[in-house]
Amino acid sequence: MWFFTHVWILPAVMAGSFLLILLFGKRLPFKGAEVGITAVSICLLFALATAFNWATWGADSPKVSESAPAEEIESVEVAALAEVPSECSNVVAGLRGGEGGSQAEASPPAGGGASTGEGAAPDTAGTQGAGPGTGETATGAVPAAVAAGGGGEETVTRPVVRCTTWIESSTALITWGTQIDGLSVMMIVIVTIISLLVHVFSTDYVNGDRRYTHYFAFLSLFTGSMLFFVLSQSTLQMIVGWELVGVCSFALIGHWWEEKPNSDAALKAFLTNRVGDVGLLVGMIILFFAAGQSFSIMDVNILAQQGEIRHVVLLAASICLITAVMSKSGQFILHTWLPDAMAGPTPVSALIHAATMVVAGIFMVARLYPVFFEGLSIAGSSVNLLAVVGAVTALFGAMLAFVQKDIKKVLAYSTVSQLGFMVTSLGVGAWTAAMFHLFTHAFFKACLFLGAGSLSHACHHSFNMVDDMGGLRKIMPKTFWTYLIATAALAGIFPLSGFWSKDEILAGTGSFPGTSGANGEYHVMLVMLLLAAFCTAAYMTRTIWYAFFGEYRGHGHPHESGPRITVPLILLATLGAIVGFLNLPAAFDFLPAGTLTRFEKYVEPIGLYFPSITHASFNPVLAVLSVAIGLSGIVVAYLYYWKGAFKGLHGLSERNALAGWGKNVLVNKYYFDWLYTTVIVGFVKGPLARASDWFNQNVLDGIVNGVGRGAVKVGDFVYDDIDQRVVDGAVNGVGAAASGSGGVLRHLQTGRIQQYTALFFAAAAVLAGVFILIVG
Amino acid sequence: MLLNQFLLLAAILFSVGVYGVIVRKNGVLVLMSVELILNAVNINLIAFSTYWGLGGQVFALFVIAVAAAEVGVGLAIVLLIYRNRRSVDIDQLDELKG
Repeated sequence: MWFFTHVWILPAVMAGSFLLILLFGKRLPFKGAEVGITAVSICLLFALATAFNWATWGADSPKVSESAPAEEIESVEVAALAEVPSECSNVVAGLRGGEGGSQAEASPPAGGGASTGEGAAPDTAGTQGAGPGTGETATGAVPAAVAAGGGGEETVTRPVVRCTTWIESSTALITWGTQIDGLSVMMIVIVTIISLLVHVFSTDYVNGDRRYTHYFAFLSLFTGSMLFFVLSQSTLQMIVGWELVGVCSFALIGHWWEEKPNSDAALKAFLTNRVGDVGLLVGMIILFFAAGQSFSIMDVNILAQQGEIRHVVLLAASICLITAVMSKSGQFILHTWLPDAMAGPTPVSALIHAATMVVAGIFMVARLYPVFFEGLSIAGSSVNLLAVVGAVTALFGAMLAFVQKDIKKVLAYSTVSQLGFMVTSLGVGAWTAAMFHLFTHAFFKACLFLGAGSLSHACHHSFNMVDDMGGLRKIMPKTFWTYLIATAALAGIFPLSGFWSKDEILAGTGSFPGTSGANGEYHVMLVMLLLAAFCTAAYMTRTIWYAFFGEYRGHGHPHESGPRITVPLILLATLGAIVGFLNLPAAFDFLPAGTLTRFEKYVEPIGLYFPSITHASFNPVLAVLSVAIGLSGIVVAYLYYWKGAFKGLHGLSERNALAGWGKNVLVNKYYFDWLYTTVIVGFVKGPLARASDWFNQNVLDGIVNGVGRGAVKVGDFVYDDIDQRVVDGAVNGVGAAASGSGGVLRHLQTGRIQQYTALFFAAAAVLAGVFILIVG
Repeated sequence: MLLNQFLLLAAILFSVGVYGVIVRKNGVLVLMSVELILNAVNINLIAFSTYWGLGGQVFALFVIAVAAAEVGVGLAIVLLIYRNRRSVDIDQLDELKG
């Protein structure tokens, strides 16, 4: 419990580390790296302790029978929010107040649900419209959960929220603080683990860099910002964390800003994110008013979940927020900044792609999931915007990875594609699968990026695997094996972690025959994801071919990297291999019950502030199919590169016009950059800029000039009449009076103590005389 | 009746002291005059203690102790002035003149 309430220490430690490195880093023996590593180590220990505490905390949580009446379930769920102080959430305060009343009156379930909400509900029309629906949702979801879980009881999550007042106005109390539940605990563990390994890796990788200290300072700030973001208690705080993460990524992508492409890439990342930030801002403002002028995440989630906010409002909010996810998490069509962000140092790319920047979008959706779940009607449908965006990204990102020469860009598109998997998973209602994939992906993708960094470290800082690498398998065995394991995990090969999480996502689409318990039936998504999985396995095999097999094509003599690079690789590969066992499917009932669905049990919230999602059952056929697809991708790539099979395909793009066109489209990244820079920016620069220039010159300048002239006249008057005469006169008068009186009085001060004494006694005698006259 | 006589004595002593402080030029004599003032006060305190308990006598002891300290510091100052100026004429010490 102590850890839950003091978790604010984590971002505070990282912020302190940032300031310390920035101010004193250069004078320290290791140029500030030791401060950053110490701070992250403290945070990692704290995060692990929090995670262990969370596990025991969960064991004591209240349980409620799923067949109990809705009223009883709700009373238990309200009681589970005991650690949410009333000042942090008006809605919870209202529920507590209403709960006592409804228990005493024993009102009917549906009416009880509506009346408890009314105390805090801002929108009475919405309340009336959705009131009866609330009861239905609660009761209707329970049998489904029984069918999926197979147990008679569900454990209600007890989130721990702490907040303090940030801004207080007459209409709204804006708070900030921490919200601890399974989701944020998982996130702080990932962020601190990856960040620590990246810090250690960096001490070797950027050794001797001209801005070494500055680099570590921003790593600290980056980690701190992400921790601040994932622990957010209010949506406004989320916006702050979101922007902080964006600023840090800007600074780190442009770390080597002396070269123009790098600073361009940093600017591109920042500006593309600004586009999405508008969506974030608008979405959060919509939610602020929808939740009765409250930024509290708890308020937003509970009201959205209970149907107190009208559907169309939630829909508008989720569409705006999806724009933000598109930019931050590199989803089509705002993904273009992510591959360019490879201009930054490689450890930064690992941090951005695994733990911090790009998962911010996924986290935001997961945190505000009731908004999306209700707004997009995820349950029981077969298509929605979130799932479409995700599936398109997963497939098209994977295809783009095929034509890249730069190994980091392959990995960047791979991240784009994998983030697409997560977004699809959220879109089809498989929340836990998405979070689990985020969790496993963080480890193996960080391993892949750091592996690419290790390769480039050996090959004179080139990332061009087609021209400068090759045959490194023998020279760099540790890098090779870790890279291979992480690749297999990414391709979803049994029993590595990627297999478990990807299989959960595929099952979660609910469209494969024989899968039960999913939230909807998303047929198109399943097909696109399977194709993407095939591409993933194939392009990753391609990178292995170019980097590790064949003849060495670069110059100089490559060498295996030092322990500060290989140890993080080995750790990440190990974790990437085994973390999949954290969430073994419930269908594996031949194993002890304590080993199944641990991740789901600890991370997925159950309660008033989270939709009652169902879990797709494990489907052996689908699992075998997904592994087969992954393997076939590997085999096809193997035959193509190693054995020279498919002779007709080699050089096809030169001979066949259609294939050449297809390759051109891929090389030009579907012409999205062209669309943005030429069409949109060109239009803005051309007619739009001229029009706004005219408007600016004639209308705005006229107003500004007029106002300016008026201001000058007022200023003249004030100066001549008020300032010079009244104010200065008064000041000069006071000064002259003080000077004159001083001139007179100075003669009193002779410097002779005896005169002073005489005056003193004379005055005392006079006062004594007065005293006697008046009193006596 | 007795009290009046003590108070009269104290008043005379006090006046003599004040006179000394104001008109004497010798720093040591000024200090001695200050002692006269303090002792006038002591006489007052002890005289009143007959009527209002021992507090006055305790205060008189305090005054004696403080006076001893004061004389110590005062004589040291006079000595230093003498060393610097070869004179203890406090009429000449008017460097704080405004």
